[in-house]
Amino acid sequence: MSEIQQQQHSAAVVHSEPLLRVENLKVHFPVNEGIFMPRQVAAIKAVDGISLEINAGETFSIVGESGCGKSTTALALLRMQALTAGSIFFKGEDISHYQGSELRAIRHRIQMIYQDPYSSLDPRMKVLDLIGEPLVVHSLTANKEQYIKRVQELMDMVGLRPEMIDRYPHEFSGGQRQRIGIARALALSPELLICDEPVSALDVSIQAQVVNLLMDLQQRLGLTYLFIAHDLSVVRHISTRVAVMYLGKIVEVASRDELFDNPRHPYTKALLNAVPLPDPELEAAREDNLIVGEVPSARNPPSGCRFHPRCDQAMAQCSSREPQLVALTESRQVSCHLFN
Amino acid sequence: MSFRTDSGSVQAVDSVSLTVDAGETLAIVGESGSGKSVTALSILRLLADTASIDRGTIHFEGQNLAELSESDIRAIRGNRIAMIFQEPMSSLNPVLTIGAQVAEPIRIHRGLNKKAARQQVVELLRRVSIPDAELRLHDYPHHFSGGMRQRVMIAMALACEPNLIIADEPTTALDVTVQAQILALLKNVTKAERSGLILITHDLGVVARYADKVAVMYAGRIVELASARDLYKNPQHPYTQGLMASIPGLGGAPGSRLSSIAGQPPNLDNLPPGCAFAPRCQYARECCSESKPALQSVAENHQRACFGYE
Repeated sequence: MSEIQQQQHSAAVVHSEPLLRVENLKVHFPVNEGIFMPRQVAAIKAVDGISLEINAGETFSIVGESGCGKSTTALALLRMQALTAGSIFFKGEDISHYQGSELRAIRHRIQMIYQDPYSSLDPRMKVLDLIGEPLVVHSLTANKEQYIKRVQELMDMVGLRPEMIDRYPHEFSGGQRQRIGIARALALSPELLICDEPVSALDVSIQAQVVNLLMDLQQRLGLTYLFIAHDLSVVRHISTRVAVMYLGKIVEVASRDELFDNPRHPYTKALLNAVPLPDPELEAAREDNLIVGEVPSARNPPSGCRFHPRCDQAMAQCSSREPQLVALTESRQVSCHLFN
Repeated sequence: MSFRTDSGSVQAVDSVSLTVDAGETLAIVGESGSGKSVTALSILRLLADTASIDRGTIHFEGQNLAELSESDIRAIRGNRIAMIFQEPMSSLNPVLTIGAQVAEPIRIHRGLNKKAARQQVVELLRRVSIPDAELRLHDYPHHFSGGMRQRVMIAMALACEPNLIIADEPTTALDVTVQAQILALLKNVTKAERSGLILITHDLGVVARYADKVAVMYAGRIVELASARDLYKNPQHPYTQGLMASIPGLGGAPGSRLSSIAGQPPNLDNLPPGCAFAPRCQYARECCSESKPALQSVAENHQRACFGYE
């Protein structure tokens, strides 16, 4: 694709400012050696130059295997992880260097739901305070009565009976605990909700209840989701657009149907192929085309395209030159030399 | 099969009957607490002292494993029946080399010395596609990635050419691309050796890809038993139907509401007197809360435990 076409494409996207825009985000973790005089000998490049845009009202998903940098990206967006480089724009406002009260004001609008409802709730706190704590931190309650009323409202919103307000987390099942986590995240009426593997710790039948709840809340409250998951069937169900990450880089971004019906990047294809489908007949008809090897270490990633040692279509230039993320169509970007 | 606890005896597995033939893969599926792992562990009598097998027999090559002495069952464990566990990091010994650990079953059951065992270990590691097998014998588990460790576990399981392999969530801790490699490996070696495989999982996709036969468990009982094809095409028990409908992708178009099973799985120390699924079942009738339905044939090679809802 020529530079002019790329410019035209980016011009088409700019006309309405997305809710969240990330430019060239990098998060590196230093590796130090030496006990008395530690010095940095290397860096783990957990997130290494990603750019993405999330539009208001959509569900944007990031998928990838463990160690690809998806959770680090989430933490960096909330500014809970120091950025090595790059900028984050929330509604056009550069929040990447915010501190103190400015940062707190942004966290008011971006909230997070965590993966494990067993370890993310303080076992000594009652539901009332688990859900209401953000209201206290941000001084949003006038009096106790109003506080309790707001928490009951939130409980009702996520399908918990308001009578359970004085109970402790151990009295709840996994699915109910995840509802508490969701209510807590909603307490400040955020615009963007970052969901880091919100259903992967739950059983299938309970998972469906929580997925339904997330979709209902999005409709009712007009929420925008950044959804991080490794379970592709849930991602396919809930997403508007999907980004695939591999070793700290985005390899493909596309609308849900484009990505799942017609994956272009060899890694996206391999990933989709590795997921077993819950249908024996489809499975029997499928060609056995398994990807070889495992994800290499982010401390010493392969040269050129990071996927080339496992790629069955690798060419000579793949090991020397790093591909750039370029637009293939209006709604799809791929980072691969096959499409350059 | 029950556990003694502070609040009395808990029946974790109740009247489970299963068969596995040579070369066949049986999947046991169910949600957490359904008794699938306990069923597997009780086959090899690997349960804690608080557990007891109250009734029932486990026939394996003409022997009843439930009645064997401790030394007789030890001669079978890792030899005729091998087990692969979920967490390859915690099931390998961190202070022994990979070579020593894979050699252990061969040395114990076959009485080979170190040198003779070594050659076999290299052969086994090659079979599970570990590169540079000879060099890696001297490595410790922490030198290996999760997928590689699980390959080592499979090599150990294969060491004595067992007739039955029990794999308890063998890939739950692994990434999808590695999961696919490990399951394909497991399936291929068991087919080639004509050994039976019991695959315990909660992932209905894994079941569809690898199982020949499926047992669905709920609250310690088998509620449905069928060939994988029949089970997915025509699920007969309301719980199985609910489970299938709640999987995104099977349950409807993207973005639509997923159907879910209302309520929570029951607590095992407080099971309802009748069918354990009745409180969550949309078809429940009076008889469902009075007695437990037995597993009965509804079609050829297809059984369910339900009083019916037509």
